[in-house]
Amino acid sequence: MSDSSIRRPTQTVLRAENLSRDVAAKALVDNVSFHVRTSELLGIVGPSGSGKSSLLRLLNRLDEPTSGTVYLEEQDYRQIPPRELRRRVGMVTQRPFLFPGSVAANLRFGPAQRGEILPDEEISLLLDRVRLPGFASTDVSVISGGEQQRVSLARTLANRPEVLLLDEPTSALDEESKRGIEELIVELVHDRGLTCVMVTHDRDQARRLCDRVMLLEAGRLAQIGLAAEVLGA
Amino acid sequence: MLKSLFHSEIQLGLAQAGVASLLALAVILLARRRHVHLEGDAAIALLRGLVQIVVVGSVLALLLKAPRWSSVFLLAGMVLAAGSISARRARNIPGALKVSTWAIAVGAGAVTAIMTWAGVIDTAITSLIPVGSMIIANAMNTNGLALNRFRAEVLAHTGEIETALALGATPPTTVSRYVESSIHSSLIPAIDNLRSLGIVWIPGLMTGMLLSGAKPLYAAIYQFVVIAMILASSGLTSLLSTTMIQANAFSPAEQLVLKGSAQNQ
Repeated sequence: MSDSSIRRPTQTVLRAENLSRDVAAKALVDNVSFHVRTSELLGIVGPSGSGKSSLLRLLNRLDEPTSGTVYLEEQDYRQIPPRELRRRVGMVTQRPFLFPGSVAANLRFGPAQRGEILPDEEISLLLDRVRLPGFASTDVSVISGGEQQRVSLARTLANRPEVLLLDEPTSALDEESKRGIEELIVELVHDRGLTCVMVTHDRDQARRLCDRVMLLEAGRLAQIGLAAEVLGA
Repeated sequence: MLKSLFHSEIQLGLAQAGVASLLALAVILLARRRHVHLEGDAAIALLRGLVQIVVVGSVLALLLKAPRWSSVFLLAGMVLAAGSISARRARNIPGALKVSTWAIAVGAGAVTAIMTWAGVIDTAITSLIPVGSMIIANAMNTNGLALNRFRAEVLAHTGEIETALALGATPPTTVSRYVESSIHSSLIPAIDNLRSLGIVWIPGLMTGMLLSGAKPLYAAIYQFVVIAMILASSGLTSLLSTTMIQANAFSPAEQLVLKGSAQNQ
């Protein structure tokens, strides 16, 4: 991402309005409204089954809201073609789900969907950014879990997203790998101006990384505010 | 032994069916001892199969006196039944019945029509119905295998598919490798039938032709023709059904809708 793409810190990039999702008569997400500003890292916390991941999946329309909608740059996302929306709102999941082949092939996947060829220099830059220099030709089957998650992050960044959704990106990693990914996220948000929404079950992690935190309980928004306000000091 | 006990052909046939069913039930009871419970399904399938084939035999007896074109209706009825049976292999996939029926109708119908036009299948009811039914039955099996495999592959790779969607891939791109493996695995029986023809098995049609006095060499070649037709119709059915069903696995907003019950949350 170029520095010119960094926006003023007060601009709302993503806004959810009365978002709900029901499955089999059960409300997974229940009338949730919030917004995320440029260069902000918003955390979503809550107990297991509170709808954190379900809410995140609504933000890039991997699932369809039962009611309510999301505005991306003030445009209703139902007016945006799904593939364009998902390029602009990238997602990194708990498990990296890398495609068989080399690291470079994984990074090329997203741009290739639009007929673009990701240049080798861009691949090197992305791998430098996620601290995996020289891994381009490495087969993904021989790298560690932490490295796989970095490749997953670089693969999403190769699409040049405006918003990054992170679904418990460190929950499957050891402590050292977790710290490495956390540093990367902070750098992407605070140094490079990426807007980020992160689901985490780790309140300490939310306290460490997030500017604001929203607490979900039974699919409902229980509280939203500065991390210290919601989670305590 | 049975022939000495039963002098009527119908009675003999029913007795033979009874012996074959008992043998099948004995094997099913053996499986039960290994905690494989097939008895309910198998008993119903045996009874249903016997009733259905007796009904078809009776209909055939009537049709022998009917005009040739009337066989088209019987074959169409078979296609509808095959679509319904085959669609059960694709639970949770919306529109599976429609997809199965169309795929079998086009796959089996096109091959049967071309081969009848070319004179390979005789238009006599006694030829068209048995050969057509073999083609339809095999298309049904292939369709069921293809849909079942596709469903299993998608359920096993939900994470990979949704990751690709999240990266901006089109639905067909995200499932292309699973479509390929579904087509491949669904055609294994048809290909193995061709491979083993004459070595491992001599199919019923050839046996029937020999019993009715056809020359062995012609009966053998015609059997190859039928098995090759089955491969063609099965291949076409599998291609069509997997192509059509992959669209049904996704919503218009390109969301994966074919999921296990737990994954829907």
